[in-house]
Amino acid sequence: MSEEALRTESISKVFGRVTALRDVSIRLMKGEVLGLLGDNGAGKSTLMKILTGFHKPSGGKIFFDGQQIELKSVSHARSLGIEPVYQDLALINEVNVYRNMFLQKELMRNKFFQILDDREMRRLAQQHLKQMRVNIPSVDVEISKLSGGQRQAIAVARSVYANAKVLLLDEPTAAMGVKESAMILDVIRQLKETANVAVIIVAHNYAHVFDVCDRVNLLQNGKITFDRATKETSIDELMNLVLHEMREAREQIQHPGR
Amino acid sequence: MPTEPPKSVTESQATPKRPNRLGVLGRLFLHSREASILIAGIVLVIYFQSTAPVFLSWSNIANLVVFAATIAIIAAGETMVVITGEMDLSVGMVYALAPFVMYYAQQAGVPYVLAIVLGLGAGAVVGLINGLITVKLQIPSFITTLGTLFMINGFTLTISGGVLVRPEADPLIFAIFGGNFAGFPISQLVWAIVITALFQFILVKTRWGLHTVATGGNLLGAAEVGIKIAQIKIGNFMLCSMLGAFAGILDCFRISSADPLAGGTDYMFRATASAVIGGTLLTGGSGTIIGAFLGAAVLGILSDGFTLSGVSAYTFDMILGAAILITMVINVRLSKLRAAGGGK
Repeated sequence: MSEEALRTESISKVFGRVTALRDVSIRLMKGEVLGLLGDNGAGKSTLMKILTGFHKPSGGKIFFDGQQIELKSVSHARSLGIEPVYQDLALINEVNVYRNMFLQKELMRNKFFQILDDREMRRLAQQHLKQMRVNIPSVDVEISKLSGGQRQAIAVARSVYANAKVLLLDEPTAAMGVKESAMILDVIRQLKETANVAVIIVAHNYAHVFDVCDRVNLLQNGKITFDRATKETSIDELMNLVLHEMREAREQIQHPGR
Repeated sequence: MPTEPPKSVTESQATPKRPNRLGVLGRLFLHSREASILIAGIVLVIYFQSTAPVFLSWSNIANLVVFAATIAIIAAGETMVVITGEMDLSVGMVYALAPFVMYYAQQAGVPYVLAIVLGLGAGAVVGLINGLITVKLQIPSFITTLGTLFMINGFTLTISGGVLVRPEADPLIFAIFGGNFAGFPISQLVWAIVITALFQFILVKTRWGLHTVATGGNLLGAAEVGIKIAQIKIGNFMLCSMLGAFAGILDCFRISSADPLAGGTDYMFRATASAVIGGTLLTGGSGTIIGAFLGAAVLGILSDGFTLSGVSAYTFDMILGAAILITMVINVRLSKLRAAGGGK
């Protein structure tokens, strides 16, 4: 359990004159769920896009499975087992659940004519979703018939099934009701028990982070300013940190040059 | 199993209980897009038979098949393109071009079968050009194929000099591609059914079909999971043009001549109308080849029936336009109902 899945060393990212990330060092252990908190513009999305291989860092190093790597593209990252779950989820509304689960990794009855093996995909999808306790009416329904939470759960389950070693979840509970969020958090908790996968969750909601994450990192102004196990800290402590940042920012606006 | 909390989520939000006021027939319409168009076709046949008893005569059915089979073959390809979220306006011009390519190749000494393949190849090249311009240069396919529509038409007229040609006699080739049995265009009907069945199978059962739907349904998402969306779009443009070419070659053998002015926008619009009437959405991501076949049949029945009833061609176009609009309105209403959870 204490092996390292992913680590960054002093990652920085500059866009023209804007410094999005200054010196970000994070550490993710195997089987761990890490919550990444921070305000809008703190650099969370930039960091995630670097980890998915979408952006190249301006400086710093990335280690995956103990080895230094240079991510060339999103598909390169995915081939290593770094799976992003995008906010748009990359699901096809008009296609049923099990075919979505296997999209681009379809099982085929006949390789030459590329005839889909619906029976096997259906069976495996059912089994896998049950294992992950994703509850949907049936794997035969089209995605368009499902709720936002169910779609998110299927996108997560798909990434796990694709042999993800590191799962990057971008605001998985954004725009969701209480019940929906609860379902997603259940799925994430389930990940820890069944799959040997490490997860980074970018989130706004402190309660959700404390509910499922083992550790929490706070990103402020392009730097990690806080890193502690959720057991050893509290929502209050984090709130105070953020409030403190807010007061400082306010003072700078009111008394510039101080 | 401790799965209580999520269960309540699914029950309350995903499958809202709808009052069952639709009845069996209503649900059949809702479940299967093909069912509604099939029923419409049957109703039309009954109507025309009652107004003009020659409607179901052998020779009239032959007329109907001639018209509907050609359109159905083109519509199968157009449907594939439309499902990817694109549009091919040039396919009717490929219909006219292909027989000439075949004819000149055969005249130059190429064996007949190979000449037919070259005719289809000309279609494939047009499709490739349509696809490459649309995908790589990011020109809307409506514009791309509008351009190639004129170019191909001009090209066909140039190489033919604007005159008809007669393909050289060959009993076997003529029997396979344009065979009649007692005045009935049997080979054309068989080809239309085989192509419809084949493409419905490709669409529903193969990886190519699934990726076609995915590309049209969620372009960004399909790209994110690694589907080669450019390949899918270009490939379907090629299939569409090749089916247009094939339909042109079949007709060339059936009537023993190739006409540079045949097909054109009229056939393209009829094929597109067949696809739409059959339940394919012009927005992409959803469609059926069997529906397009039935759409072509209904168009044929309408056209033929009104002619028999003595309705003039001018009036017919008005009725056809209204029919397309009405089916579109019904289609949109039905998909809204389906999205609301009434369907499967």
